Amino acid sequence: MLAALGVSSMDDLLIDIPRSLRLSALELPAGLSELETMAQVKSLAARNRVFADRLTFRGGGVYRRFIPAAVAAVTSKPEFYSAYTPYQPEASQGTLQAIYEFQTLIAELTGLDVANASMYDGATAVAEAAMMAHIHTGRNEIVVVGYLHPEYLEVLRAFSEGRGIKVRRGTEPNSKTAAVVFQQPDFLGLLVDAAGLTANAHSLGALAIACVDPISLAIVAPPGEYGADIAAGEGQQLGLSPSYGGPHVGFIACRKDLVRRLPGRLIGSAHDSAGRRGFVLTLTAREQHIRRERASSNICTNHSLCALAASVYMTYMGADGMRQVAEVSFKRAHALAERLAALPGWEMAFPERQFLNEFPIRVPKASAVLRKLARKSILGGLDVHRWFRELKGVLTFACTEVNDARALDELVEALA
Amino acid sequence: MADRRYTKSHEWLTVEGKNVTVGITDFAQAQLGDVVFLELPAPGRKLSAGETFGVVESVKAASDLYSPIGGRITAVNEKLKEHPELINSDPYGDGWILKLELTGELPGDLLDEAAYKKVAEA
Repeated sequence: MLAALGVSSMDDLLIDIPRSLRLSALELPAGLSELETMAQVKSLAARNRVFADRLTFRGGGVYRRFIPAAVAAVTSKPEFYSAYTPYQPEASQGTLQAIYEFQTLIAELTGLDVANASMYDGATAVAEAAMMAHIHTGRNEIVVVGYLHPEYLEVLRAFSEGRGIKVRRGTEPNSKTAAVVFQQPDFLGLLVDAAGLTANAHSLGALAIACVDPISLAIVAPPGEYGADIAAGEGQQLGLSPSYGGPHVGFIACRKDLVRRLPGRLIGSAHDSAGRRGFVLTLTAREQHIRRERASSNICTNHSLCALAASVYMTYMGADGMRQVAEVSFKRAHALAERLAALPGWEMAFPERQFLNEFPIRVPKASAVLRKLARKSILGGLDVHRWFRELKGVLTFACTEVNDARALDELVEALA
Repeated sequence: MADRRYTKSHEWLTVEGKNVTVGITDFAQAQLGDVVFLELPAPGRKLSAGETFGVVESVKAASDLYSPIGGRITAVNEKLKEHPELINSDPYGDGWILKLELTGELPGDLLDEAAYKKVAEA
């Protein structure tokens, strides 16, 4: 090899790298067999503390939900699993159709005209939605109303900084506001007046961006119904495991007249020369490839496999199944809230507000409560004081269909 | 039309008093190929000479549109929303893009037909 390269030694080959930067010796242990490696990895993994799904009551944007086996059966097919950017219509009808189905499902769920092929996660979906509003209105301010997921807010600020967009937490938009962003239900799990916030944004010429929980849309009004211009959100609950926070899938949907501002890619249905229906990449904003200095977004990819999981989940569950999941979660959370609020020193943090399957509750000594539960193998609520000064002693508890009635008993007993 | 003027960036304009109509030239539409979309501003916006006011997108390219004069937009050709191909079929007629009310004087660097022809052929 060295001879083929025209050098006589390794030292000659590496001549351009300063000697001080070169490794003198790699002190690696002797190799392990596959059997030995697996044994070592397993023993390390056994040191993790793993909370059972049914005893996990922490949400905050990522939720344990039942995932039907059909999801993995489809996503593990190598045609989907191993293909990289397969967008040539003559070779990739399956992939293109799967993305088209995802777009259709998201558009139906949000009640909006059009959805894209997916985003990385809820945080980037919200930030991209805000960039759309900035370009569309020509205005430079984003108003975040209420409790948006603090990490989404952080990503939104990061996106905005380089473009000179001001992100303000507040309640009142003004004539400089490009969009009002709110989360429904909010980060604490509480329902907000989405219709009122949307109308208020529109009265000042701003767009309304709703960050929504896809499961909740089975039982609460979708953004399209109250007139929001863009819906964005996190799709993890649609068939993806929490897995340390990713990979997940974001979604973004909008009114038809904003479609040219939609980031990423869009798959369309078309007909070939023989009149057969087929699917093609369509309306990918030109700015992203040939007019990059004018782009509203530089995202040129999506989370196709995760979006496929979400499509399989939504299709398999169907409208009735998703409604059932949302209703069971709602009932369990309300039953839990009632029992927790009856504990001495515990009280609902916002008793006048409504919630779906996650709620904030004020407790005596939040960290002691969480430690006590962890000792009994229960993952308690999320301490939201970490992000919001005014929420000292507030934990948010979440319930889904995996938290069975017995799990609720165990949680309450552990606290007694 | 004798009173049609041109820019080096391939827009045309006709002037009647303060009223100016703007489009893109036959040469420009031929170079672009089939036009599929136009991104256009809202009436009422003020433009200065040389300012970007929109984008014309064809099957081959996406190009900025520049205002040849300074003025306020009084009308945008709404037909182009549904029929962007008018840019190709009738660039100097039904394919007009904007009407503007001129502010101040016409810029001095507008071209007549003969001068534009030289630019297009260059």
